[in-house]
Amino acid sequence: MDKVIIAKEISLSYSNNETIINKANISINAGSFVFITGASGSGKSTLLKSFYGALKPNQGSLMVGGVELKGISTKKLNFLRRHIGIVFQDYKLVKEWTIEKNIMLPLIINGYDKGVTKVQVETLLKHVRLKHQFGKYPLELSGGEQQRVAMARALAHNPIMILADEPTGNLDDYSSQLIWNLLEGANTQLNTTVIVVTHHIPESLKVDYKHFHIEYGSINEVN
Amino acid sequence: MKSIKNHLSLVIALLSILFSMQIFIIVDRSLDAYKQNLVTSYSVIIVSQKRLSKDDIFAANKMISDIKELTPDNVVNRLNTGMDKKNIDFLKLTLPKFYKLSLEHYPSPKEIESLTKDLLSNSSIKKVENFSHTHDITYKLLLLFKAVVSVFAISILIVTSLLIFKELKIWQLKHAERMNIMGLFGAPVWLRSAVLFRLSIVDALIASAIAFGLFEYLSSNALILEQFSNIGISVMIFDPLNDFILLLGVSLVLSILLASFIVLGHKEEV
Ligand SMILES: Nc1ncnc2c1ncn2[C@@H]1O[C@H](COP(=O)(O)OP(=O)(O)OP(=O)(O)O)[C@@H](O)[C@H]1O
Ligand SMILES: [Mg+2]
Repeated sequence: MDKVIIAKEISLSYSNNETIINKANISINAGSFVFITGASGSGKSTLLKSFYGALKPNQGSLMVGGVELKGISTKKLNFLRRHIGIVFQDYKLVKEWTIEKNIMLPLIINGYDKGVTKVQVETLLKHVRLKHQFGKYPLELSGGEQQRVAMARALAHNPIMILADEPTGNLDDYSSQLIWNLLEGANTQLNTTVIVVTHHIPESLKVDYKHFHIEYGSINEVN
Repeated sequence: MKSIKNHLSLVIALLSILFSMQIFIIVDRSLDAYKQNLVTSYSVIIVSQKRLSKDDIFAANKMISDIKELTPDNVVNRLNTGMDKKNIDFLKLTLPKFYKLSLEHYPSPKEIESLTKDLLSNSSIKKVENFSHTHDITYKLLLLFKAVVSVFAISILIVTSLLIFKELKIWQLKHAERMNIMGLFGAPVWLRSAVLFRLSIVDALIASAIAFGLFEYLSSNALILEQFSNIGISVMIFDPLNDFILLLGVSLVLSILLASFIVLGHKEEV
């Protein structure tokens, strides 16, 4: 089985040097569906940041998509990121752009054709049930609606891997189900690797998944 | 409305720089024109024991542009109170020769000094009247004027630089978030900063266009033209081609520098 992520003995910390993840190991198969859980402040978001190269491990080896992230060049990192879709815990939508433009961002960066982009954005808005909000700016939307925009943006360019940080954190059951269906769909139909940080693993999920739990700086698989 | 506000602060900062720059250029031109004006009314008189050839005088210093021999008739006529003609002719012969020298440009005090020395090195020249006292006062006044304007222009430059620096920080904040998000999705630096460069170039164009309109208006304003003609000079207030190219160039360079600083100063946040 191809590994999309192999982390060996990685330690992660911010500039204040407090160790968040301590010599942890995790390996994730390409095309798998993975949940990461852990208490608030345990380092779930921190671990995701390392996966998309925003936070470099201060020790150990971290391979993502076959590339070692330690000392990776900006150019290679940009290339890698163009094939990852991220739903950030704080959404990170561009305030001065309409929601369509926000969803388009990965498509623009990947150089998609304008016509394709337009169709794709319309489809995605329909999938996340936001067609009626067309033309609005992020701050004119509710928190849950913004979260769905972030979800649509992460799916836009059919990435090989989706990293979703509590993608249903602000959603009611109905909208949460919508998100799970989308992630499941990407995983089963496009073989996208899906890594989700969450506090509640949905019971309705039909796909097989792996579950890792973060505690005291280490990552343990839960069976 | 929002987009106007986005542009306003940088446009104003750029405009004030362009404005002070053009004012400086106008003052410089006025001073040159005024000096050109002064040089026609300024001359040096030399007194020589014997008649001098013009070439000899020209050879003394390169600044001399014209030489006129002054006839002693005026002086002699004033003395002419009952002298007979023979004596007057004799007097005319023995009287020293006077020459009035015009100069190529309005001299600095140093140049006057060296001119005087050069002329006196000719042994027949007995006296050089350079009106240095009056000249000095005028010249110092010009220098003072130029100094005042320079200080004024420089202080505007400093104030606007601070303004632009502050603007830079605001921009950095305003654009950091978007640039960061674009980076997280793998946008190369040029794409991340494209908006920034487009904005700054547009602002530079707007500022130059406003400056162009303003100075075109001023250069045809009757009141201003009258001021200059009162002083007796004619000055090109705004050269629609050369000056505009300069204004445009300066504002483009400044705003692109500003944008580059922001791009270089941008760090991805974690
Ligand atoms: N940018 C940062 N700079 C410094 N420390 C940080 C930063 N972000 C997070 N931390 C610290 O790292 C630790 C782990 O944070 P992280 O965001 O990974 O937690 P989390 O597991 O995602 O929690 P939550 O479930 O609340 O989102 C926390 O103690 C936090 O204080
Ligand atoms: Mg988190």
